[in-house]
Amino acid sequence: MHNGNLLEIRNLTTIFPGRRGDVRAVDSLDLNMRAGEILGIVGESGCGKSTVLLSILRLIRHPGYISDGEIRFRGVDLRQLNSSAMRQVRGKEISMIFQDPQTTLNPAFLVGEQIREALRLHHIIPGRKMPWPFDAALRRHEKQRVLEVMREVGIPSPIDRYVAYPHQFSGGMQQRALIAAALVCGPTLLLADEPTTALDVTIQAQIVELMLRINKERGTAIILVTHDLGLAAEFCQRIAVMYAGRIVEQGNVEQVVMHPRHPYTQGLLNCRPRISMRELRVQPIRGNVPDLAELPFGCAFAPRCEHVQDVCRIGPVPMVTEPDGHINRCLVHTGFQRQENWQWSDRVERTV
Amino acid sequence: MRAVKILERVLVTIPIVLGVAILVFLFIRLTPGDPVDIMMGQGGAVSEGEMEQLRKEFHLDEPLPVQLWLFLKDAVRGDLGYSYVLKRPVTQLISERLPATIELALGSLVISLLIAFPIGIISAVRQNSAVDRLSMAGAFLGISMPSFWLGIILILLFSVQLKWLPVQGRIGFDAQLQNITGYFVLDSLLSGNRIAFWSSLRHLILPSLTLGAPVAAVVARVLRSSMLETLRSDYVTLARSKGASEWIVVLKHALRNALIPTVTVVGLQVGILLGGNMIVEEVFGWPGLGRMVVSAIFDRDFPLIQGTVMIYAFTFVMANLIVDVMYTYLNPKIEL
Repeated sequence: MHNGNLLEIRNLTTIFPGRRGDVRAVDSLDLNMRAGEILGIVGESGCGKSTVLLSILRLIRHPGYISDGEIRFRGVDLRQLNSSAMRQVRGKEISMIFQDPQTTLNPAFLVGEQIREALRLHHIIPGRKMPWPFDAALRRHEKQRVLEVMREVGIPSPIDRYVAYPHQFSGGMQQRALIAAALVCGPTLLLADEPTTALDVTIQAQIVELMLRINKERGTAIILVTHDLGLAAEFCQRIAVMYAGRIVEQGNVEQVVMHPRHPYTQGLLNCRPRISMRELRVQPIRGNVPDLAELPFGCAFAPRCEHVQDVCRIGPVPMVTEPDGHINRCLVHTGFQRQENWQWSDRVERTV
Repeated sequence: MRAVKILERVLVTIPIVLGVAILVFLFIRLTPGDPVDIMMGQGGAVSEGEMEQLRKEFHLDEPLPVQLWLFLKDAVRGDLGYSYVLKRPVTQLISERLPATIELALGSLVISLLIAFPIGIISAVRQNSAVDRLSMAGAFLGISMPSFWLGIILILLFSVQLKWLPVQGRIGFDAQLQNITGYFVLDSLLSGNRIAFWSSLRHLILPSLTLGAPVAAVVARVLRSSMLETLRSDYVTLARSKGASEWIVVLKHALRNALIPTVTVVGLQVGILLGGNMIVEEVFGWPGLGRMVVSAIFDRDFPLIQGTVMIYAFTFVMANLIVDVMYTYLNPKIEL
């Protein structure tokens, strides 16, 4: 394994060409992940966090494309793989769960068969003697494995549920079925794209619990994409905050939540309603999510920032890594100038 | 359970077909032109008395309700009366002609689906490519070309110029086919007559293509647009994220769901295959129901028109029943 990291993303840039120019949905993104770790990516809708996950699996839909960067998974750059080798990674090494289980399960197929599909595609069960539909023993083994996984993710009476259609499941059960489909080949990395957003609050807690258990029992590393900083704080070991296609702050939960460095992270924390502090009004972040096709020249957050100074607008703001590993992309902590004892990101940012 | 419901639906078709029969019965009697006048006009000098005799024979001198009663009374027993002109039982005439029409309709359906499916799928997968634009332009042409014109052009090209296919008819004179079911392709297979099989198949190609072209065009367009939708859906992304190849993604996950609207349209197009065949049968000298009913209408041959339209109505209702049954298999959310 490469430097002990399961996943290393360097300079990832994903572009969606548009009528008004290219949209850099993910811009020069760096990210590291150890095996078995839970990493949260937090940001508003449209900041590119889901695009990061789809870029890792190379499932960016045409006309979007990954224009630059490396995605090293277990030391192998996924961008260099041919399409059949990439298919071997999808579902087997890295699998994904999605935001809306209701539209993600195929309405025309049995739930059990949809969970089984990845198993069959990757020939996980050995001892195949005949072509698939004729090998009764193989099919029995596959079904056995599917039922085990269904039981593991907490689907009651899996034998009956195997032959049910998605519309006969509740939302929470549908998401459990999708998690089962993602886990059936025993992946080392699970990408979760807002897995609780479309669910009731009580079901949300159950799904989060389930994912924590999977992480603990199977050692599956998880990237959780969410707009809910509170959820990420509860669930993750490290958090990356994204804004306008870039990571603006990254650190462990304590660093990001207790000592947020970037004004955007601080804004996100302030605009969460808290029952314990009823008298404290929720403070929304001023302004709107920027148009990715027309980003400002300097810091993308500058138009909404309370601390903004002229220097923020003259050029791109580089990443700064503090001695404790807390990373952020804001000039306010450097007194709006470079400080020698801080390690600058060695890469010069491309100007937009 | 499904079988009971299907049987229920089949039984429901009986009142529908009877209702259609009553409507046709009334409307053809409303159209100007008296069958006996027309017959006699062709026959030459006849006396008033002979015409009265004929009217009596056909019960045309009775009041309308009585005529209707007489017609329905026989119809429920399966007797559709005698053709005024051909002087033979209508059921016999229809059963002679029906196989030709059904063979042509099935041939057109097969050809149109063979054309429409690859085109619809490829156009959706390669949206806005040259293939897509070309085939959608072709589909537009297929919809807008009248079948008598397309039929003649096809005959000119493939029969007259290239001499690949026969000009008209159902089978060559040298085939010596023994008639078993009336479906020539099936008969030649049953009797093991290879010459007759190829001959009847070759005769089937051009009329099927002519009749199926507009159907293929409509189905291709519907399939393309519903494939475009299903290809964008979340479950397609899920299938890709499981490591499925493009083949499985397109032909299993996307196509399966795109079939639901497509099957509905195919069911409706069966009406075109039945209704449109009159012209095509005329152009290709195809001895089917369409040609017979057209001349029956000109002759005001009331029993023959009534019987044929009932068969059309029955076939149309059955085609839609088949579509509804297929629907329940394609879309598990729907019950019959």
